[in-house]
This record gives sequence, structure tokens and C-alpha cells, in this order.
Amino acid sequence: MSGGAAQAGIGRVLSNVLYRRSTLRLMLMLTPPLIWFGAVYLGSLLALLAQSFYTFDDFTMAVTPEFTWGNYQALLEDANADIVLRTVGMACAVTVASAMVAFPVAYYGARYAQGWRKGFFYVAVMLPMWASYIVKAYAWTVILTRGGILYWLVGQLGLLPALEWVLELPYVGGSSLSTSHLGRFLVFTYVWLPFMILPVQAAIERVPPQLLQASADLGARPVQTFRTVLLPLAFPGVVAGSIFTFSLTLGDFIIPQLIGPSGLFIGTMVNTMQGSVGNLPLAAAFTGVPIAIIAIYLTLARRLGAFDAL
Amino acid sequence: MRSEDTASGAPRAPRWLAVLAWGGLVFLHFPIVVVCLYAFNTEESAFSFPLQGFTLRWFRIALEREDVLAAILLSLRVAAAATVLALVLGSLAALVLARRQFFGREALTLMFALPIALPGIITGIALLSAFRLAGTSLGFWTIAAGHGTFCLVVVYNNVVARLRRMPHTLVEASMDLGADGLQTFRYVLLPQMATALLAGGILAFALSFDEIIVTTFTAGHERTLPIWLLNQLGRPRDVPVTNVVAMIVMFVTAVPLLLAWRLTRGTEQVAGSGK
Repeated sequence: MSGGAAQAGIGRVLSNVLYRRSTLRLMLMLTPPLIWFGAVYLGSLLALLAQSFYTFDDFTMAVTPEFTWGNYQALLEDANADIVLRTVGMACAVTVASAMVAFPVAYYGARYAQGWRKGFFYVAVMLPMWASYIVKAYAWTVILTRGGILYWLVGQLGLLPALEWVLELPYVGGSSLSTSHLGRFLVFTYVWLPFMILPVQAAIERVPPQLLQASADLGARPVQTFRTVLLPLAFPGVVAGSIFTFSLTLGDFIIPQLIGPSGLFIGTMVNTMQGSVGNLPLAAAFTGVPIAIIAIYLTLARRLGAFDAL
Repeated sequence: MRSEDTASGAPRAPRWLAVLAWGGLVFLHFPIVVVCLYAFNTEESAFSFPLQGFTLRWFRIALEREDVLAAILLSLRVAAAATVLALVLGSLAALVLARRQFFGREALTLMFALPIALPGIITGIALLSAFRLAGTSLGFWTIAAGHGTFCLVVVYNNVVARLRRMPHTLVEASMDLGADGLQTFRYVLLPQMATALLAGGILAFALSFDEIIVTTFTAGHERTLPIWLLNQLGRPRDVPVTNVVAMIVMFVTAVPLLLAWRLTRGTEQVAGSGK
């Protein structure tokens, strides 16, 4: 064996050594991505975490590396706690709404779309997901504005009084569709919807149709089959999708800036604290909120088997 | 048992379900159609509906604007750099993690999922604070580094999925027949990975081309196309140009994505994996 290796030259020797010492090969191959992820990405995250304990001087606007819990205590102040609650509330609402809108689309795509329609359906869901995020947000500012296409549509249907009534509701309304909580919620749901449809569709496709037929044969009504057979089996897909809808809403600062009333979001707060105010420590503490929530969420999702459905 | 595409075999959807599903599709495409319609609108500064008339004038004006072209060029360069970075690092990580069990593998897998599981604002601000600590000036390479981090995940996911479907016996057979590691990679692994790499690369490119949240933190004074679009939103007089650019952006990303979809379709079964 060693004679043959010597004849075949240095490349062969090296390759043999690397094949047998697979740990060495593994480490060689893993080093570049590890350096990138370990040093650049995780290093940055840790640096951010460290800075959330730094002190920011309100008068000199200077950041000093003196340890303080102050930034996290500031999160509990009424104004800041409001921001957190508003953002998390929106993320929950958007997640529930996208799950409800996504399910029929995903179910139809997985079970009933056949032949060319199947591919068409898949592409029709996938393309809007990849269409430019900023363009989609922009499109909605155009659609929702007073005098825009949606107001025109509602007017044609004679529903303007109903719309005015909805816009006066607390927590939902605002002065017009484009400056209301309702409008912001609509845009968030729209933008993240495909991120929910695709994993749910994949999960439903893995449910054997025979199970649904068996349930029907045993006398279950369609609603019962849905509740006791399909939904539990497809639920990991919903959880997988919700990781995206929830996390993306928590961190977004473009849509809250473009659409809806002036109340701040975690994302907008982080952006202004780090940008115009220069209070990086408080901005870092604010990012701790989504990190903590997502960490808990991912742990729960793992238990529910959502990672297999990603 | 398999229901093929025949009139008798395909179950028919209840009407309410079909209505909800196609309604959902209409909802998904409605804003995109609206942007495209407004790109041809003759009116200069308003979003009023119905539209006033049809014109192609804004396309010429938009394509003569130097700031538009500069933003497009920068976005293309950043996306190219980020894609190369992601292809190299992502496929290395996938080759290692696809099959082997070793200590810390679970932690590594979770780590590679972080940039897409955590909101982009966290990636953005973390990188910004690190760049500041390191004294790096913001510009082309800091944008590309930020994009490369989440693009890596996309390539990794694509390639790892393909490698898991490929039977390891192919590699063993190649080695038994006397190929060295490099030859096995070149003649066995690479052809199997090729479409996954291409699809992953296209997705990474599209993702980078469109990325705005991480970019706002790492761009400094540079202006990628999405940042250009965001800045435009505060300028009512430029509305027609914005509409045209928005439409172009979507068409430019849609074509390669359709290509990526075609490339990965029907590759659930890897060649040579039958018994």
C-alpha cells in the first residue's frame, strides 16, 4: 500500500493521508467558514452584547466602556416598554394572520393543484417572496394612500363609511389607511406571507393522503378531519413559517417608518439610537429583546419538530 | 396508488377552497401589478387612481439618470462579491456537515441558521459595531461582508440538501476504483453539486441585490439600489422614475430566480442513487 502510494506521487500521498485522517481534512475544510462565522459574525454579536453594558453620557453624547445595567433598566421604563409591547403585539398578530391566510393557499397547492398548475402555483407563490422587499413596501404606500387605488375601490363599492368607522377604532385605526395600524398590519402580513405558505405547503405535502381518506371513511366530517388529522400533522410547518414571520416583523424598521402611525418600533428605535442619537449601548440593549424572544421561540420550535419542516 | 394528472385521478377542490387559494395568489401579485401599472402612468407626481394615460417616457428618463446607473452597478458588484464568498464558504461548510457526526456539529448547524433566524437589524448593527471597533471604514467591502454572511446560509442550505440525498456509496466506489480525493471531488461530487451550487448562487445573488436592512448599517455613504429606492420615497417629484426603477428591479430578479427554480426541480433523486 505504501509503495503504491509513493509511485503515485505526492498528490496521491496527500490525498490518502487526508482520506484516512478525516479529522484533519475536516478541520482544514471547516476552518475558512468557521473563521468567517466565528470571528466576523459571532464576534460581532458578542461585541454588540458587550456594548449593551457600556455607559452612554447624555450630556457629552460619549460612550465609555464602564459596566452598567442601566441600558437594560431603561428598557423597563414606560416609553420603552410600550415600544417592545407594540412590536411584539404586531409580530403576534401578523404571524396569526399569515398562518390563516397561508393555510388554504398551501393546502390547495399541496393537494389539489395538479400537473402544470402545480408548478405554476409554486412559482406564483415563490416569485412575490423574492420580489424586491423595498419595492413591495413602496407599492403599498401607493395603494393605501388617500385617493389611491384602495380608496377608489372602497368608494366604488360604497363602503367608505365602513372604512371611516374602522379607522376610528383604537389600536386599529389612524387618520388614513396609509397612516393606520391596520395599514401597517396589512403590509407586514403581505410581505411575509410567502415565508409562511412555503413551509406549510411542504408540511402538508408530507401528510399521506390515505390518512385523510381513512379519516373520512371512518365517518369524520371534513372539519373533524382537518382539526384532528391534518392540522396536527401540518403544525410543524406552521411553526417553521412563524419563525420567519415573527422574527422578520420584530426586527423590521422600514415598514414601520413608511406605513402607519408615528409610534416607534424596536427596529426604528434601534436605528435612531445608533444613528442620529449615537447611543449604541441602548440600541444594543434593545436588540437583546428580539434575540431573547427568538432564542426562546427557536427552543420551543425545536421541541415541536419545526426544524425538520424548514 | 399514485394519482397522476388525469381527469379521473385528480381530486377536485371544494369551491370555497379554490376561491380562497386563488384569492391568496391575487393578493400576492396585486401590489406588483400596481407598481408596473404606475410605471407607465403619464401623471407626474400623484398616485391617484384611475390612471391618467400611457407613456414610455419615464423609462428613457430613468435610464439616463447617472445616480440610477451608479446604484445598479454598485448593487451588481456587491452581489457578485457576496455570492463568490458565499459559494466558497457555504459549500465547504456543507461538504463537512452533510454527513459526518462529530462533537459540536449541532451547535455549528444552529450557528449557520442564525443570520436568517435573527432579524436583519441585529446582523446589521452587530457588524457595524464590530467594524467601528476594528476601525474599518465603511464601503464596498463592508457591504459585501454583511451580505456574504447571510448569503452563505442560502448556499449552505441548498448544497447540504443535495449532498444528503446523494448516497455516500458513490464516493466510496470512486475511491475504491482508485481516484484520489481531488479526482473524486472533480468527477463525482462536483457534477452532483453543480445545479445546487448554481441555484444557491443565484438565490444568494438575488438576496444580496435586494437586501436593505443590513445594508443601511454597513453602507456608509455608498448607495446600493435598495438604498437608492428608500431615499427616493421622500421625493414626491421623482415618483415616475422611482416606479420605473422599481419595476426594472423586479424583472431583473425574477428571471434568474425562475432559472434557479427550473434547475433544482426534479433533482430530488440524484443520478446514480438507484439500487
